[in-house]
Amino acid sequence: MVATLEINQVSKTFKNENESVHVLDHLNLTVNNGEFVTIIGPSGCGKSTLLKLIAGLDSDFDGTIMAGNLKVSAPSKDRGFIFQEHRLFPWLNVEKNIAGNLPLKKPDIRKRVDDLISLVKLKGFEKAYPRQLSGGMSQRVAIARALLRNPEVLLLDEPFGALDAFTRTHLQEALLEIWERNKTTMVLVTHDIDESIFLSRKVVVMDAKPGRIKAIVPIDLPYPRTRTSKAFQEFRSVILTQLEHHPAEVEDWSI
Amino acid sequence: MSTQTVAQNKHLVIRETTKQSKLAKSALRGSVLPVVVLIAWQALGSVGILPAQLFSSPLLIVMTFIDLVQSGEMGMHLQISLTRAFLGFALGGFLGLLFGVIVGMQKKSEEYLNPSIQMLRTVPLLAITPLFIMWFGFGELSKVLLIALGAFFPLYLQTFLGLRNVDKKLYDVALILEFSRREQITKLMIPAALPNILLGIRLALSAAWMCLVVAELLGADRGVGFMIQDARSFMQTDVVFVGIIIFALAGKISDSLVRLLENHLLKWQDSFKA
Ligand SMILES: Nc1ncnc2c1ncn2[C@@H]1O[C@H](COP(=O)(O)OP(=O)(O)OP(=O)(O)O)[C@@H](O)[C@H]1O
Ligand SMILES: [Mg+2]
Repeated sequence: MVATLEINQVSKTFKNENESVHVLDHLNLTVNNGEFVTIIGPSGCGKSTLLKLIAGLDSDFDGTIMAGNLKVSAPSKDRGFIFQEHRLFPWLNVEKNIAGNLPLKKPDIRKRVDDLISLVKLKGFEKAYPRQLSGGMSQRVAIARALLRNPEVLLLDEPFGALDAFTRTHLQEALLEIWERNKTTMVLVTHDIDESIFLSRKVVVMDAKPGRIKAIVPIDLPYPRTRTSKAFQEFRSVILTQLEHHPAEVEDWSI
Repeated sequence: MSTQTVAQNKHLVIRETTKQSKLAKSALRGSVLPVVVLIAWQALGSVGILPAQLFSSPLLIVMTFIDLVQSGEMGMHLQISLTRAFLGFALGGFLGLLFGVIVGMQKKSEEYLNPSIQMLRTVPLLAITPLFIMWFGFGELSKVLLIALGAFFPLYLQTFLGLRNVDKKLYDVALILEFSRREQITKLMIPAALPNILLGIRLALSAAWMCLVVAELLGADRGVGFMIQDARSFMQTDVVFVGIIIFALAGKISDSLVRLLENHLLKWQDSFKA
């Protein structure tokens, strides 16, 4: 099963009674099997919208999206999703949120849930309810929930936005490890240029109103990457230049 | 990590004890007013300011209560009243839940059913009672149906409301995790609607008690309501008071039971932590 994503001439318009917002405009993008791609762009340019289309959560758009050789028309476990907000079930504790509809009683699932809980550093909080967690902790639970399903494609919408610098670095490294181990295809939205260079093979720079792809910057650096290296700095200025084409929009970065 | 757990436990213990002392304090504060009223009532009755015919003294009421229990009369009336209330509540509550789920889950059935149900809801129950008696007689059926009708609406309304307000964002998560249709209902819709459903149960219970009283006052040959009505015609004010107290207690106890259930089932909610 190939998990290559093909986004072909995708346009999306939100229509309300009195107005319509043209969010994505004839987008084309190919994400190869096992590739790590990040998407960066100003707030409101349609990054989250694009991820939802890829996930199959919204099928009201023009153009086609192929996952492998199947047209995306509905969500699937094969395409995991980490939302911009944690979206935990408030009535389930941490371990049950991670397990979701998988039976925690099964020894192998129990073990994988426990492993993921230590990966996201939440040991001791297995029985805590979401209301007892901080925003960052909740987000880590959501990350563990997505990883448990071992999806072929993982769609991540600013997954580390709510985390402190330490945890963020830890989880970025963990994500790279998982990527290398499982050959998961990753599509990650971020507003952090460093994060995009640190993680991905290919940085997609988007433009707003309507959302278009402005540039695709391949990052041909070997892993693990060091943020202080000269090559890293160079990529940073390349991406920054691409983004700064519209100086007015650089101010309203998404958080 | 273990220090974290210990710290967390300690925190929980502290919260538990403060919670208990808080509860005790609020119970104490809540009982001040009733106790004062009772003492004043007894005192005013003893010196003869309150007419004994209309206000039996609290002591007399207690004695009458004991008498009624010992003679077995109370048990008989209470049993028949509880049976009616239970049957009516079960029937109306079940139907309310059922229709609430159907209408809450399907847009189409909402369009078909909801306007009619909402219209019926605005009809005062007391206005329907004569019809019920004409249709179903003075027997048990009309009473149980009246109670069922009273219990139906709150549970229907709250279930419907709860299901309608399920967060679309969590629904998306359920789709991503590939919840089956059944899992969507048991693992998303029902837990999300549970706060409303439990509220609906409490409202339905109090409606059921009210309808029970109405039904028994209007025409019955047994039951606590009948006991009150019967005592009234003989000017046995003490028995009337006993009946009223029984209804009040029954309402309070059933409400507390549902609250207990709420505290257990909704412990994940923010508003239930204190
Ligand atoms: N359901 C909706 N109905 C109408 N408009 C919408 C809807 N969802 C998103 N939009 C609009 O689409 C545009 C893109 O939204 P989207 O959430 O994809 O942005 P984003 O790039 O993810 O921004 P951010 O970085 O702030 O998260 C915005 O202008 C937003 O107002
Ligand atoms: Mg977004």
